[in-house]
Amino acid sequence: MELCTFVFIKSKLINVTIADLKKGQKAIIQDSSARDIPLKLLELGCLPGNEVALLHIAPFSDPMYLSINDTHLAIRKETASLIQVKSED
Amino acid sequence: MGKQINVALVGNPNTGKTSVFNQLTGLTQKIGNYPGITVEKKEGVTKISRILTAHILDLPGTYSLNASSLDENIVIELLMNKNHKDYPDVVVVVSDIENLKRNLLLFTQIKDLGIPTILAINMADRMERKGIELDIPEMEEQLKTKIALISARKKTGFDELKKHIKNYSLLPTSPCCNVSSIDKAYFDKLQQTYPGQDRYKLWLLITHDANFGELDRNTVKPKNGLPQKTKDEIKRLQHKEVVARYQFINTMLKSCFKQDLNLAKGMRAQLDKVLTHPVWGYLVFFIILLLIFQAIYDWSTIPMDYIDEAFAYASQWVKNTFPAGMFTNLLAEGVVPGIGGIVIFIPQIAMLFLFISILEETGYMSRVVFLMDKSMRKFGLSGKSVIPLVSGTACAIPAVMAARNIENWKERLITIFVVPFTTCSARLPVYLIIIALVIPQKYFLGFISYQALALMAMYIIGFGAAFAAAWIANKSLKVGTRSSFVIEMPDYKLPIFKNVGLTVIDKTKAFVIGAGKIILSISIILWVLASFGPSDTFGNAEENVKAEMASSKQNLQDIDMDKKIASYKLKHSYMGIMGRSMEPAFTPLGYDWKIGIALISSFAAREVFVGTLATIYSVGTDDQETIKERLAGEKNTATGKPLFTLASGISLLLFYAFAMQCMSTLAIVKRETNSWKWPILQLVLMTGFAYLTALIAYQLLNL
Repeated sequence: MELCTFVFIKSKLINVTIADLKKGQKAIIQDSSARDIPLKLLELGCLPGNEVALLHIAPFSDPMYLSINDTHLAIRKETASLIQVKSED
Repeated sequence: MGKQINVALVGNPNTGKTSVFNQLTGLTQKIGNYPGITVEKKEGVTKISRILTAHILDLPGTYSLNASSLDENIVIELLMNKNHKDYPDVVVVVSDIENLKRNLLLFTQIKDLGIPTILAINMADRMERKGIELDIPEMEEQLKTKIALISARKKTGFDELKKHIKNYSLLPTSPCCNVSSIDKAYFDKLQQTYPGQDRYKLWLLITHDANFGELDRNTVKPKNGLPQKTKDEIKRLQHKEVVARYQFINTMLKSCFKQDLNLAKGMRAQLDKVLTHPVWGYLVFFIILLLIFQAIYDWSTIPMDYIDEAFAYASQWVKNTFPAGMFTNLLAEGVVPGIGGIVIFIPQIAMLFLFISILEETGYMSRVVFLMDKSMRKFGLSGKSVIPLVSGTACAIPAVMAARNIENWKERLITIFVVPFTTCSARLPVYLIIIALVIPQKYFLGFISYQALALMAMYIIGFGAAFAAAWIANKSLKVGTRSSFVIEMPDYKLPIFKNVGLTVIDKTKAFVIGAGKIILSISIILWVLASFGPSDTFGNAEENVKAEMASSKQNLQDIDMDKKIASYKLKHSYMGIMGRSMEPAFTPLGYDWKIGIALISSFAAREVFVGTLATIYSVGTDDQETIKERLAGEKNTATGKPLFTLASGISLLLFYAFAMQCMSTLAIVKRETNSWKWPILQLVLMTGFAYLTALIAYQLLNL
């Protein structure tokens, strides 16, 4: 029973992505190796260990305006939901 | 005679690379195209020293050598091909101070190619304001290069940059960052298989699906036991390459780069709060759009009227000055009005590009893309489609070209496909005269003019059709592309006047020359078709008209006689014969053969409509009032009722709103999509739809 809960919580933790962040929230990127993440995004600094901040969200929560690695950029929610992060607070 | 070297400017978008280029070359610059594709090629010349000049090539902006677009491919293609005539003796990587980290990614890649590479750090004037300090000697040591701190805005640091260019042969060409560590075994194997070739160049060949000059892709086909990597493995290695490069950069910057964040000031946060706001953001965008429309349709009319008059005068002058004859007529009735038809659009095009280039220079355009993306996507478009759709209200040609920066091929294709529906400036004269004819000059609620409402409705119909077509295309197009939408949100900057001015001049010139060639040749063809005919009728026009007059016992003044003859000639010219043979197709829409001819000639360019009608109704002038009076009195030869009624007027308006009547747009669509399929589809579908709606409207209103 306890193990079950543990697995549940753990899997939930793993699946936090940029798309789950709230406006103004900061997080550290954990994994950005998913196949559908464009290489361009990695080159702009979307790499594990870098900090990401969600600055603004367009109406209907898409796209998302981020600051990663001192670069300001906007990506669509579907891409954001592929980038796993660990929330800082 | 001094020596000339090739210098290539490379850099990320939004680093002010073009400002640096403008500063170096000024008005010596030339804008052309790379052969076979429509990517702009900008080059110029600058004096480096008394005996040395540099040919400067401004390469398209790119974030890395892992190209994902046509523009970016140009950069690799040139840098990989030693035999290319533009192959640089030295590369200047233009970076900006605030995004140094990711600019250095590109720098380390280019350094790996073994070309002497200088780092120019632009916007150095902002360092103090941003609290940034750099250890330049240490950076030069680690990056194995020379660094120039410059500011294109304040025009500082260029002497130092030129000094480094002058001494380019002393720069070390060894790489500063060892990428083969990402998969040592593989890279060693690669080197063994192709001794004498550069490892990084081989790697770039493997990761790109293209040939680069003398380094043929077939040379890296797996052989001698070189393991072949799958697409996923290559992607993973590219990922590792980026990580490895950033590790090197971060370590270096830790010791060389200091920023006191307490000193950093900027207006980004405050401005973004308003400009990307769910309410204020849209409001600001709406106001800016209104301002652009106002500029294009109101302010531009002043110079346009002068141009119109000047060409009418020039035409008259040619007629009066040169001896009467074939050549004079061709000049006065074909060439001069043909050129006039192009030149008249210069104020609108220039005004539009002035606004667009200011919006882009300031960084505002990215915010619009951000705000609009979601709603546009419902129609298969991208946030980046806003720019082409807005540009389309001036002219579809630059608008189709503006679709280039949409990464997703399907979204780009749909954008190109629907742009010609937006009400371009060439439709305006047609709308104005038809609305004036068929919509009563009365006021709704006492102050809103019905005619103005009708004009507005035409704009709404245009945008509505564009979005509806996009929606349908999105549902029916089976193009499997991944959505890869990444847009940089650059810092807000005041536009640099020189950049804006040069953009306006370049784009306007491109329009005049590009579209001009087509409009001019079509107008000459039209003139020929309208000025010649079979000799028995056309050749004996004067005798035939006189005989006709005599038999009906009419007496006409000389001037009316001339008009009658001109009208008779047109009816029996080749164009008249064509028009009358096609009349059955136009009758169900409420048009006679004369409107038919105006319609057909409009396929060259819509604005020809008014001029053609003017000739057909032998008014002999382009003055709209007289054409209008003449048109109002015109009777349909078949029914005897007035030709322009509400029914035929609305039918004509709808036809012009939907039909693809612009050769230049078709030509540009062919160029941009690299296939005849899309322009032909546009021509057939749009014109078919136009015919159908015009037919239905006429038949319903005529009940």
